[in-house]
Amino acid sequence: MLAPVLHVLPVTTIVRERVLPVRGTVMVSMNQHVSPTDVVAEASFSREHLLLDVARTFGVPASVADTMIKVQTGDVLKQGAVVAENGGFISRSLKAPRAGRVVVAGGGQVLMAVGDARLELHAGLPGTVVRVIPERGVVIRTVGALIQGTWGNGRVDHGLMTSLIEREDDLLTPDRLDVSLRGSVILGGHVGDVATLRAAAELPVRGLIISSLHFSLLSTAVQMRFPILVLDGFGAMPMNSAAFELLKTHDRNAVTVNAEFPERYSGGRPEVIIPKEVVHEPDEPEDFVPFEVGQKVRMRRSPHAGMIGSITDLPPGLSKLPSGLRAPAAEVKLENGDALLVPLVNLEVVG
Amino acid sequence: MPTSLVQNESVLAIEVGTAVTRAVLFDVVEGQYRFVASGKAPSTAEVPFKDIGIGVREAVTALQEITGGKLLGQGGNLILPSQPDGSGVDSVVAVISTGPVLRTVIVGLLSDVSVQSARRLAETTYARVVETLDLSDHRKPDQQLDAIIRSRPDLIILTGGTDGGASRAMLKTLEAIGLACYLMPAEKRPMVLYAGNEHLVGDVHDLLDPHTGLLKVSQNVRPSLDVENLTPASSELASLVVSLRQRQLKGVEELNMWTGGTMLPTSYAQGRMVRFLSRQYESVRGVLSVNIGASAASVAAGFNGEVVLRTYPQFGLGENLSGLLQHTDIESIMRWLPLDIDPNVIREYLYQKSLYPGTLPATSDDHAIAQAIARQALHLAVRAARQDFPNGGRASRDILPPLDLIIAGGGAVSEGLSLGQALLLLLDAIQPVGILPMLVDQNNLLPLLGAAAVRNHFLPVQVVDSGAFIGLGTVVSVVASAAYGETILRVKMTYSDGTDARVDVRFGGLEILPLPSGQSARLSLQPLQKADAGLGPGRSGTVTVTGGAMGVVIDARGRPLKFPSDAVRRRELIKKWQYMVGG
Repeated sequence: MLAPVLHVLPVTTIVRERVLPVRGTVMVSMNQHVSPTDVVAEASFSREHLLLDVARTFGVPASVADTMIKVQTGDVLKQGAVVAENGGFISRSLKAPRAGRVVVAGGGQVLMAVGDARLELHAGLPGTVVRVIPERGVVIRTVGALIQGTWGNGRVDHGLMTSLIEREDDLLTPDRLDVSLRGSVILGGHVGDVATLRAAAELPVRGLIISSLHFSLLSTAVQMRFPILVLDGFGAMPMNSAAFELLKTHDRNAVTVNAEFPERYSGGRPEVIIPKEVVHEPDEPEDFVPFEVGQKVRMRRSPHAGMIGSITDLPPGLSKLPSGLRAPAAEVKLENGDALLVPLVNLEVVG
Repeated sequence: MPTSLVQNESVLAIEVGTAVTRAVLFDVVEGQYRFVASGKAPSTAEVPFKDIGIGVREAVTALQEITGGKLLGQGGNLILPSQPDGSGVDSVVAVISTGPVLRTVIVGLLSDVSVQSARRLAETTYARVVETLDLSDHRKPDQQLDAIIRSRPDLIILTGGTDGGASRAMLKTLEAIGLACYLMPAEKRPMVLYAGNEHLVGDVHDLLDPHTGLLKVSQNVRPSLDVENLTPASSELASLVVSLRQRQLKGVEELNMWTGGTMLPTSYAQGRMVRFLSRQYESVRGVLSVNIGASAASVAAGFNGEVVLRTYPQFGLGENLSGLLQHTDIESIMRWLPLDIDPNVIREYLYQKSLYPGTLPATSDDHAIAQAIARQALHLAVRAARQDFPNGGRASRDILPPLDLIIAGGGAVSEGLSLGQALLLLLDAIQPVGILPMLVDQNNLLPLLGAAAVRNHFLPVQVVDSGAFIGLGTVVSVVASAAYGETILRVKMTYSDGTDARVDVRFGGLEILPLPSGQSARLSLQPLQKADAGLGPGRSGTVTVTGGAMGVVIDARGRPLKFPSDAVRRRELIKKWQYMVGG
């Protein structure tokens, strides 16, 4: 059976594709070095449309109205520009109520796109552009430490990371967030109250990397303008030891927090990247591998969710679990010495 | 059995769910189709795999290990058709329920007529209605346009107008929809199903064809004001959903190619099979099928060959669990729990499970929580679906009409539960009335048989007749108005050897009379207090009942089921019921 891999790696090669959801313009070129917040591609779209009914305005059939229309598809109009006029003895005109672009003109009507907005695609990691996908985006490559999590609020930023966690089960509370941390990426434990998120926003910080988040804070977390990356899940869960140990060793390092919102069918995982200079580039890690004895694994479900252990045995066939279910399972020895029988679907390989 | 009644071909049936992918082999054994074996593997539609084909091949590999046959050749390619050396299979059928919930815009003319038909049509598949347009919509045309674009629909269902009826309003709507589609990026344009006034089909093609992801036209769901016919449109919708999944998920196109383009959405295939069962067994009162898994809770009920199919992704036990509390409250989940735990444990469970839909409960407490949530989700699904069932003589739509048969499947029912636990879960969630047998589909064959029926008419009949479903037993549900503990029914069961068993049933209780599978007995029912044991209020009578794993179960806990307000007493009562069905 294949296991998903949770990457917690001190050094690896990271290759990420960044593409726009719609066609747009790629803003960078091959071999260009980019920082995580650089815009690598952008697309414009209209927030609103205005339908100007020329035929109705002048009380004429659509075919007649079409002869009165003075604009064409693609025209960019200023507010007040003449869209149509009847050309009579006392000429009346229909003017653009707002600045915008003509999307369609005909059938006695003019459709304008107004309130143009830009969709900006950020690099999400520091690195080199190794491929340009015309009109869509880029592939970026870098080398560094990689720590993946389970949930993100859709934001990306980078900065110096300050650790406010001493033990895996620490809480991050508002009183720990003083003004000296302004502009930092904070590494913390469980966040259980909204005051902590608000205190982080007021500083402001450039990111929160936390072990777990109280479920009631999800909607607030989504509204925060800085990235929030949850490593282990919802509820009062300690930080998994693999991430804890690796992140702690990078206190005061420059980190990128790409708190990608989980798009389970099309996206990637939220991740922390800590760039490194190396002589020889390591291989890219596998995203899924067969289960094997000796692998380090992370529990994905209670009562040991987030805990790290290693596979000591893979019994063939189905095993009967304490819950009564029968499923392919692994004998796992946790770091605290406890031995458990865990369904394989509740495990992900750490590596 | 004459050989002409089988096509003598082996059939590989594949079900791609959110949590599990199954590969099932049907083959001819002694002149009849039989379920041979099932292999399964975790599904791989989601990150990091993002290719359903990986899970499909893993499931087929598991099936190979069970059967010893060779189905996959070099490079993981399916051997199709079967070879002289016995490797491979002759045909493939597949169903799919995984994938993001389909964002759906429904459009009609009258909010209480065609829009309701469109809504019911959307509920036949894995859809969520994100925008509705009809004549009562007072937004300006450009506001409607922006509303459609902002809703980022995968699917638009257009209904409205009786055949030959009003066309002007409909044409204006079609123009707006066409314009909205035109304004969306080409690769994101929605697929559109038109099932309105048939006289406008030409206009529909002219206005929509160039601007949609794919356009399908079906018979009008409302050919006249008082007639609703969802069947042809739901078939077209099923085909559109498979096309959408091909666009959204890697590996679907290849699997659909294996099937020769006959792949179906799982719930649609479930509905097909229920229609078939309803006709095949000439069900008078109705056949109900429920399926609850990670993708959705689906309810299909067949009445005289017509099917009411409802699919509720919002009640699925996977990624949508984090939203379950938008449809119910925490107390309604807690009431099913024999555990004394903090409600926040349940809330955390819902959010954490939505992160990892494929995980399994590893401890008994975790399993109890999973079952409580499954009960409530299935209860919500049945409660919503029964509103559209024929009345069947019931006093209120708050209870189910009497039915002839219930078949239950899905991971929540078929995995990790004893048959007694499965029966209790179904009784709690569905709360049937009257006298009926209940079956559990432990290998989730029902939708696969519905898909197989497209290619092979004999297979479903013969597999069902071969006992592929497990009979839980016959359930007698008593509707009564009495005090707890008051005797409401006297029961005497006479076995075929002439011996009998008697029990006085008290209100609030659950009684089980053993009757093994394959046996039948005469059951005499004498209600007291005007209780209704399925024969009418206060009416006595004798019926023949069939046995099953749990025998004959008398459920006198009331309809709707009532719980003590005291939490300690409630938990004790739940434990008692669990003990009654074997723990």
